[in-house]
Amino acid sequence: MTKAVEDRERVIIRFAGDSGDGMQLAGSRFTDATAATGNDLATLPNFPAEIRAPAGTLAGVSAFQIHFASRDILTPGDAPNVLVAMNPAALKANLPELERGATIIVNEDAFTKRNLEKAGYDGNPLEDGSLSAHRVHRIPMTTLTVRAVEGIEGVTTRDAGRAKNLFALGVLSWLYGRPTEITKQWIARKFSRKPGIAQANLNAFNAGWSFGETTELLDVQYRVKPAKDVPPGVYRNVNGTTALTLGLIAASVRSGLPLVLASYPITPASEILHELSRHARFGVSTIQAEDEIAAAGMALGAAFGGRLGVTATSGPGMDLKAETIGLAVALELPMVIIDVQRAGPSTGMPTKTEQSDLLMALYGRHGESPLPVIAPSTAGGCFDAGFEAARIAIDYRTPVILLSDSFLASSSEPWLVPDVADLPQIDPRFAEAADPDRAFLPYSRDERLARPWAIPGTPGLQHRIGGLEKSDGTGNISYDGANHARMTRLRADKVAGIARDLPLLAVDAEPGARVLVLGWGSSEGAIRAGVRRARLAGHKVACAHLHHLNPLPSNTGDVLRSFDRVLVAEMNTGQLAQVLRARFLVDVESFCKLEGQPLFGAEIEREIAARQ
Amino acid sequence: MTHLGAEASAAVTLSKADFQSDQETRWCPGCGDYAVLSAVQQFMPELDIPPERIVFVTGIGCAGRFSYYMNTYGMHGIHGRGPALATGLATAREDLSIWVVTGDGDSLSIGGNHLIHALRRNVPLKILLMNNQIYGLTKGQASPTSELGKITKSTPFGVSDHPFNPVALALGAEATFVARTIDRDRHHLTEVLRAASRHQGAALVEIYQNCPVFNDGAFAALTEKDVKDANQIRLEPGQPIRFGIDGERGIARGGDGGLEIVDVASAGVQSLLVHDPRRTDAGVAFSLARLAEDPTAPTPIGIFRDVQRPVYGRTANASAPVSDEQLSELLLSGDTWTVA
Ligand code: SF4
Repeated sequence: MTKAVEDRERVIIRFAGDSGDGMQLAGSRFTDATAATGNDLATLPNFPAEIRAPAGTLAGVSAFQIHFASRDILTPGDAPNVLVAMNPAALKANLPELERGATIIVNEDAFTKRNLEKAGYDGNPLEDGSLSAHRVHRIPMTTLTVRAVEGIEGVTTRDAGRAKNLFALGVLSWLYGRPTEITKQWIARKFSRKPGIAQANLNAFNAGWSFGETTELLDVQYRVKPAKDVPPGVYRNVNGTTALTLGLIAASVRSGLPLVLASYPITPASEILHELSRHARFGVSTIQAEDEIAAAGMALGAAFGGRLGVTATSGPGMDLKAETIGLAVALELPMVIIDVQRAGPSTGMPTKTEQSDLLMALYGRHGESPLPVIAPSTAGGCFDAGFEAARIAIDYRTPVILLSDSFLASSSEPWLVPDVADLPQIDPRFAEAADPDRAFLPYSRDERLARPWAIPGTPGLQHRIGGLEKSDGTGNISYDGANHARMTRLRADKVAGIARDLPLLAVDAEPGARVLVLGWGSSEGAIRAGVRRARLAGHKVACAHLHHLNPLPSNTGDVLRSFDRVLVAEMNTGQLAQVLRARFLVDVESFCKLEGQPLFGAEIEREIAARQ
Repeated sequence: MTHLGAEASAAVTLSKADFQSDQETRWCPGCGDYAVLSAVQQFMPELDIPPERIVFVTGIGCAGRFSYYMNTYGMHGIHGRGPALATGLATAREDLSIWVVTGDGDSLSIGGNHLIHALRRNVPLKILLMNNQIYGLTKGQASPTSELGKITKSTPFGVSDHPFNPVALALGAEATFVARTIDRDRHHLTEVLRAASRHQGAALVEIYQNCPVFNDGAFAALTEKDVKDANQIRLEPGQPIRFGIDGERGIARGGDGGLEIVDVASAGVQSLLVHDPRRTDAGVAFSLARLAEDPTAPTPIGIFRDVQRPVYGRTANASAPVSDEQLSELLLSGDTWTVA
């Protein structure tokens, strides 16, 4: 039977189920097929914090959201248009976020009395009319999956039940006309050693697709045409973690400095350690340190040896690394510290995102210890940020803090793969063997105020560095007050001077706009989406986004002063706003979000409308 | 250290002076650190490694100043973190000879975790632990090796927490080389340094170091002329363990499986334990380490353990420089698509 095909410009689908239901897998397979279609897309996984939360409960719900469109899109989307709910808990947990009139596809088999109770339902929402605002499709996915895999050798009923995520994927793939070949190939690759399981998953996927094609439950198929306003080039889908590790490796290759990453396991930064540990072929050494302090120390020790020393962690680890970062400030050695921010204080919400480490990154060390802080704003942008952090660290002999966050690390988008030849070369400028007639001055400075990087093994340049205050030039221990004042200013001026290298803050303004929305880090997509919608609604508004938090682009003050109102949107209680007020005496307003979720375009749109 | 020394052998012969920096030493007069510094500087030429390929990494404390006085590369780090900094350096650079100088507070209190993990990993570091059983730089508080009952500034009624035995701790941390020596015994100290430098992997050398200002005479039983022969139990590989005037006492296995001090005349030479630092099982070394509660009674010095185990970082393949083509391939790995 042929069915009607309707065009859609953009769709937001959320796959939700118990953490054992394989929703992340279904979502990421759908994403790959969508990328291959040529849609622009953005994704956002959402995991439970507990590894083994009780099955069937709200705490155990795992979700994966994908937003795809025939035009460029900026965020994983606010309110889903489609929810796939594999059990009552998944329905209950996600229902409040759906748009009105959303399509809900449920695994009817999972709506048993016991599961309904575990989810805290008194009755059955499929029966009691409480979903009447939405379009609900009830599909007995477990039954249909078990039937589809019957008789495959070596496949138990349990295995069969497990494959229902592929059934759901099949249904959705049909509904949105996704190519099937890429998914089938993936199944064959993934389960190449377990032919029975491969067959079961393939059968389940095919059964889902056929179900969509034949059932009368689903009467329309949707089409989202390939995006046209995308710059030409080769693309791949990346999340922030992958992009960041590639950026670090690229900086290592372009500087000729082998990469040494030392890390201690911590959510959500461990992924960086996992990814980099696979790249020994690219000169990457990884060390799983005994603790966060050691990880920072090892990165710094490697830097002393002339390597690109990196450590990656999240908030609690940053607390512990502070002393070592201070030492790096005093030693004036290059080092990259990655903080994948999560909701705090303390253990807080380890799997939820926040931007609340900004002030710690800027000021969280004793003494006057300024250092550069940069923050990527998109998953793909993590590549540039990783590269840039390394470049600044090496050029200026300074530790650099890179502030990512849990949302950026795990969300994905198509990434225009850069041409290696276009990446700048980074020159480590190691100090050369000494002129025997002249004493080597480890704390002399070049035009950037950077000191010589003389690595062990260089004859004649033996020198000692340490955390004690150093004499300007010689680097010898000095407790002289005037010298300390001079060194303090030199360290600060060096970091402030990085602004000369930085692009100016670009403003996306419409003539007549009197309100500026300013953000930093991962909120860029949401801010741009909100601004776009506000403009469509007739509002005049400008927006700008900071990628460097220290030093700030040199025109920042001028930009702020050129608008009547400045709204700073961030996922904290107003940390950037506080910095800008103190620094520029501009009366900026704050929009703060603290729910452990990224900012939404709709929220920004609302805030803009309220200020017109 | 053959892998390090080979290239240097053609170079000019080095002397002690080549390892002395121009920095004025700032320890208190009579501090045991002077003797150790001098012995180390004197020993360095033997390594046959040019000074630029040697690095001294230190933490905080009086011993932390050590790096400033060596005319090698040096890093004076932060409290307790010497082994962590040095592990990073060792991972990055296999061509260096890396020495960590630390103290009992630095390595056994605030930096305990880094010490045990560097030993467990068998990172190629030579760790010299100056044990003076007190905090010197912060002016006289109890340290984790201060003996029970000791009156210090922070323990006016006497130390009440049980001290660490650094050698036993290192053995428990799976160290492959563990030795103990004394600041005042230049000959013994140099012998131990020599053995440590030859060891492939992590070496922990505990050095009893006198702090004349805050804990004078802590090791007098082992250093003073009239008593030292009665108290120094010198461990010599392949030799029965004997000590005392004319070796009249010795170490034998006790009835309960442990070690005990015996009179050689009555027990007989055959009953004595023959020292073997290469024994795979660390049990005997551990018993030897625990023979004396604290160094006021007969105490073993020398090499407790010297065994081989894979060295940290040496198993990874050193990779050739990465070309732009290889980088490009990496960036383009995974599923890609082209937008025309
Ligand atoms: S306080 Fe003790 S250990 Fe420190 S320098 Fe003085 S004598 Fe030496």
